[in-house]
Amino acid sequence: MSTAVAEGKTWGGGNQPLKASYGKMMMWFFIVSDALTFSGFLAAYGFSRFKFIDAWPIADEVFTHFPFLHGVDAPMYYVAFMTFVLIMSSVTMVLAVDAGHHMNKSKVTIYMFLTIIGGLIFVGSQAWEWNTFIKGDYGAVQTKGGNILQFVDKEGHRIAVRDFAMNAHGERVQHERKNGLWFVNEGALPTYTMDEVIHGLQANKDILVRTQIINEEGEKTVLSREESINQIMKNGRLYVEGANLHVNEYGSPLFADFFFFITGFHGFHVFSGVVINIIIFFNVVLGTYERRGSYEMVEKVGLYWHFVDLVWVFVFTFFYLV
Amino acid sequence: MAHEHKLEIFQGLLKFKSNTQKIWGVLIFLTIVTIIEVALGIFKPESLMAKFLGMKILNWIFIILTIVKAYYITWDFMHMRDETKGLRRMVVWTAIFLILYLIFILLQEGGYVFEVYDNGYIKRDF
Repeated sequence: MSTAVAEGKTWGGGNQPLKASYGKMMMWFFIVSDALTFSGFLAAYGFSRFKFIDAWPIADEVFTHFPFLHGVDAPMYYVAFMTFVLIMSSVTMVLAVDAGHHMNKSKVTIYMFLTIIGGLIFVGSQAWEWNTFIKGDYGAVQTKGGNILQFVDKEGHRIAVRDFAMNAHGERVQHERKNGLWFVNEGALPTYTMDEVIHGLQANKDILVRTQIINEEGEKTVLSREESINQIMKNGRLYVEGANLHVNEYGSPLFADFFFFITGFHGFHVFSGVVINIIIFFNVVLGTYERRGSYEMVEKVGLYWHFVDLVWVFVFTFFYLV
Repeated sequence: MAHEHKLEIFQGLLKFKSNTQKIWGVLIFLTIVTIIEVALGIFKPESLMAKFLGMKILNWIFIILTIVKAYYITWDFMHMRDETKGLRRMVVWTAIFLILYLIFILLQEGGYVFEVYDNGYIKRDF
């Protein structure tokens, strides 16, 4: 009898056994489920990486660019900057929440505004990162078996295919719908044909081929000169530049697939976070929460925003560092 | 709840006067951790390349530092420190248990598939 009464009092509604409001608790439970979604993606990435553990691309050879610094080798700096921007916008968000507790409308407005700016800088940086990754830089040759062969000089520095590929005789014309069979066409042709790459390779004695296999020093294996020419002639099938869902000049196409999917899904979260923040920002400016007597709404979107930051911390580690 | 915050981090080693001060303190800590991570990622000290439990020590350091960062983001920015024990356990233990399980299963399987390729039964499948 007495337990039933106590139970009714505690769990029967209208009470807060966890001392958190309904909305905040539901935001926490949403965050748990979303965290599981993200860990599903990251664990799948881990699976594929373990599957090809001896031939996976090395992240700091892939992401080496920094805006406005062309040709400067800057591994990781830009991602570190992005991480810092996101942590910083997390700080302004928590400051907004804190100002909300003190019912300080003008401070909440300023901090929410700064948070939105931080989010936009992050999304913009991610777009730039994608653009650089898709465009690629050195180009490589894909083999019949789907492996990637890259080119290096004698010291092991990367060489771009565009610097040595030579014009071979004969021109491969793109087949369009207007000539031949009208219903058949093909995609854009690769920038260089295999003939051009082979001619260039034969003419430049210093160029070697680097395979995807990681040797004991943790570096990609470089083949000897004869082996290089042999590999390209025998197995080379296609010149690839940049990365998309089919090919990836940096190595396994799976790496590009996961990169687009995971950072894309995270970027989508940041984008929706920015949209929600803007809505809340206008509510703050209009004085909705001032009238309501509580800035709890800011706290709830704050939880979501911090979660996005939290996910990025893990993406940063597993995509760029480990 | 809402208006009371626990104002100490590192098991009470560092105490702050106000919540705002604590936030800046945590930011400084997180920034230092990120700088350490990036510096290690760029220089890759030779001494940390040795394997420990099947993974490079460097990678273990990265993962541990990440979890440290995640802890402070959740505890201080998301105010998990101020929630009741019940809510904290519901959220944290559920997630950690399921994620560890998932990671174990998938990495184990990935390693097995690698062995199958490596032992030469199948040459390449992508």
